[in-house]
Amino acid sequence: MSDLPATLGAMTTPVDPSPPGGPGPHGAQGLQASPEPLSYDPSAALSVRGLWKRFGQKVAVSGVSLDVPAGSFYGLVGPNGAGKTTMLSMATGLLRPDFGTAWVHGVDLWARPDEAKATLGVLPDGVRLFDRLTGRQLLTYAGMLRGMDKDTVVERTADLLQAFDLGADADTFVVDYSAGMTKKIALGSAMIHAPRTLVLDEPFEAVDPVSAANIRDILKGYVAGGGTVIVSSHVMDLVQRMCDHVAVLAAGQVLAAGTVDDVRGEQTLEDRFVDLVGGRQHSGGLSWLRGS
Amino acid sequence: MVARFLTLKLTLMGNTFLKSVWQTIGMIAAAVYALGVVVILVIVVGALAFLEDPAWAGLAITLGGALTVLGWWLIPIFAFGVDATLDPHRFTTFAIPRRTLVAGLAVAGLVSVPGIATVLVALGTAFAWVLEPGVLLVALVGAVLGVATCVIGSRAITTVLAPVLESRRYREVVTIVAVVLVVMIGPLIGWLTNGVEVSVGGDSDGGAGTQILALFEQAAAVVGWTPFGAAWSLASTAHDGDWAGLVGRVAVALGTIALAWLVWDRALARALVSPPVGDGGGGKAKGLGAFGRVPFTPTWAVTARTATYWLRDPRYSGSIAIVPLLPVVMYFSSQSTGNFFMLLATGPFVAWILGFSISNDIGYDNTAFALHVSSGVDGRADRWGRAIPMLVMGPLVSAATVVASVWVADAWHLTLPLLGLAFGSLLVSTGVSCAVSARLVYPVAKPGESPLKSPQGAAMATIVAQGLGFLVTLGLSVPVFGVGIAALLLGGVSWGIATLAVGVLYGALILVLAVRFGARVYNSRLPELLQQVQSFP
Repeated sequence: MSDLPATLGAMTTPVDPSPPGGPGPHGAQGLQASPEPLSYDPSAALSVRGLWKRFGQKVAVSGVSLDVPAGSFYGLVGPNGAGKTTMLSMATGLLRPDFGTAWVHGVDLWARPDEAKATLGVLPDGVRLFDRLTGRQLLTYAGMLRGMDKDTVVERTADLLQAFDLGADADTFVVDYSAGMTKKIALGSAMIHAPRTLVLDEPFEAVDPVSAANIRDILKGYVAGGGTVIVSSHVMDLVQRMCDHVAVLAAGQVLAAGTVDDVRGEQTLEDRFVDLVGGRQHSGGLSWLRGS
Repeated sequence: MVARFLTLKLTLMGNTFLKSVWQTIGMIAAAVYALGVVVILVIVVGALAFLEDPAWAGLAITLGGALTVLGWWLIPIFAFGVDATLDPHRFTTFAIPRRTLVAGLAVAGLVSVPGIATVLVALGTAFAWVLEPGVLLVALVGAVLGVATCVIGSRAITTVLAPVLESRRYREVVTIVAVVLVVMIGPLIGWLTNGVEVSVGGDSDGGAGTQILALFEQAAAVVGWTPFGAAWSLASTAHDGDWAGLVGRVAVALGTIALAWLVWDRALARALVSPPVGDGGGGKAKGLGAFGRVPFTPTWAVTARTATYWLRDPRYSGSIAIVPLLPVVMYFSSQSTGNFFMLLATGPFVAWILGFSISNDIGYDNTAFALHVSSGVDGRADRWGRAIPMLVMGPLVSAATVVASVWVADAWHLTLPLLGLAFGSLLVSTGVSCAVSARLVYPVAKPGESPLKSPQGAAMATIVAQGLGFLVTLGLSVPVFGVGIAALLLGGVSWGIATLAVGVLYGALILVLAVRFGARVYNSRLPELLQQVQSFP
């Protein structure tokens, strides 16, 4: 079982990777990808092909293929339970896919995980931190695990603490942090090794508006400098303003993907999203709630 | 309204049955066990009443009842978070009059395995007085009052202490105290019974029994006037015909209940308007701590983190606090048997326990382990990092234990072989832990939870993982044990040196091989390990 995806990766990796085909520059290949040979985009920051994952009876992700162009600010949106976290976990080495694989800057993540992970910074959603460490210690720990030298770690830790406005709480245990502070320190741990690609699952959840604006500035600067950011979010407005590319995921499949302007057309992203996903109720509803 | 609380509690209990088979089995086992205890207690008290003297039964009820009240009042302080099904905070948003809320919670508090068991024992033992109808009536009233004292007092104490109990610092301290108490219960009881035997053992045959009885009578006379025993002693006071005493004790019992009710009511009123908040201050640690004192490599990063957790996480520091107690426990047990074998075995035993204590390290990390996965930490770095603090601290602690045990037993000639056995088992069990923990991960108390609380439904996985680790360690330790036992039997310095050499060299070899194996397993199962800890309940 454990080496199945590895053999699958070797089997499906083309010896001579052909240039990316399929409809559109970064079109919704998810629906047609399965029968085609899995050709990936070697220039993409992240290129996933035919990802499948099943938990018991529930298929969480069914045949997702996506290309995240290098240097893009990529938003991943979808309703609750759409498979965003599962998809991102499989694209970052946290969860082994049942089928399919991911290429990080042309490196097959599931065949050569160490090489691929070195260029990735990941903020997973819903995991604990080593919260008996202080904020400073946690950042240091993350840097040391990446094999960085002492001077760099110390310098970047100080920078990150300052950038995320955590300087005053650097020596407080993370277990005593608020939800927003915890999110920020986790984000810092994902960035300390200066990865080429950042994959952030719900990075703005519980973060106050001022900190969120600071984080957005940091991420924009990072993208301007050539980095790639992938964020998942529920907040359409935020994605529309912040991202240049977007993918809409629902029920484990990609419904639309491309530049934000292509996906939303004339509508706002939120309206387009509701159209794609469905489930909006147009009846009056709860009439008894109004009179009282 | 009270009936609705009762229904709510019963529904919650019913839902736990639906949730998991193992939980259901655990619940049924607890119920059967409790029923057994109830039946035995009632039979014992009944036998005392009918075969001996009803006065004896009265003594037993008074003292046992007082202990029960003490248990109801004190256990929730240590076993925090065990039963929060009807946390008053959850009713804040419903407009329920406080009087109703208090009554509802009190009745609902009875609906649990210990609650029902207490009621059954209280009523059942009252029938020890069935031959004297008047006293029986008093006994039944006393039983009801006693149960009320248990439940209301317990609720009053937990509600008053809730703000304190919610602070992390307090929970950590209490956790360690509780772990120490649990370990010390055995020796304490042994010591107490020893003390009683010594104090009454002066005159032999026949005298001892009456002396113990006299001791109990004195104790019961005092306890009967305290809030703990007053309600339970009513029947025996009535049996003795001490009417003035009966009135006084009824007053004490009723006063206790009234006071507890008042305290609970006040505390609840306060709790309902002040939602739980974390302790603002929180802990602080200056600078990098252990991280500043190690080379900057992934292996040493894991080492520094592990060492920090050993001191700061009560789930680890609790088990560290036990280690110095083990020799004490062993000392008492060998004193009662007059055989020092157990005491001398402490050193190797402590070493083995220490090495075994890291056998589920990833389970203790819980999902924080995701950082290792996303960073792509190499198996060797992870495995060695977790082992190094043990390899630094373990030899010191086990050597100190060995020296202390041979000193007490005055068996200095056994120092070398015992050291060899200790180092050998430390190295082997550490190595096996490093290998096993990469393959078998089972649920443990989550970060921040009481280490005394073992997760529901994890029993099977725990037994399999620990049993396997134990068997493998035992099998791999055979060479060390062989030489060690030869040394203990044959004596002589050369055998001692041989044991030490075999222990250290062979142990180191096993450690290196096991870590290498563990690292390989770790590297191939990294995402599966994370998925396992994520699936913990």
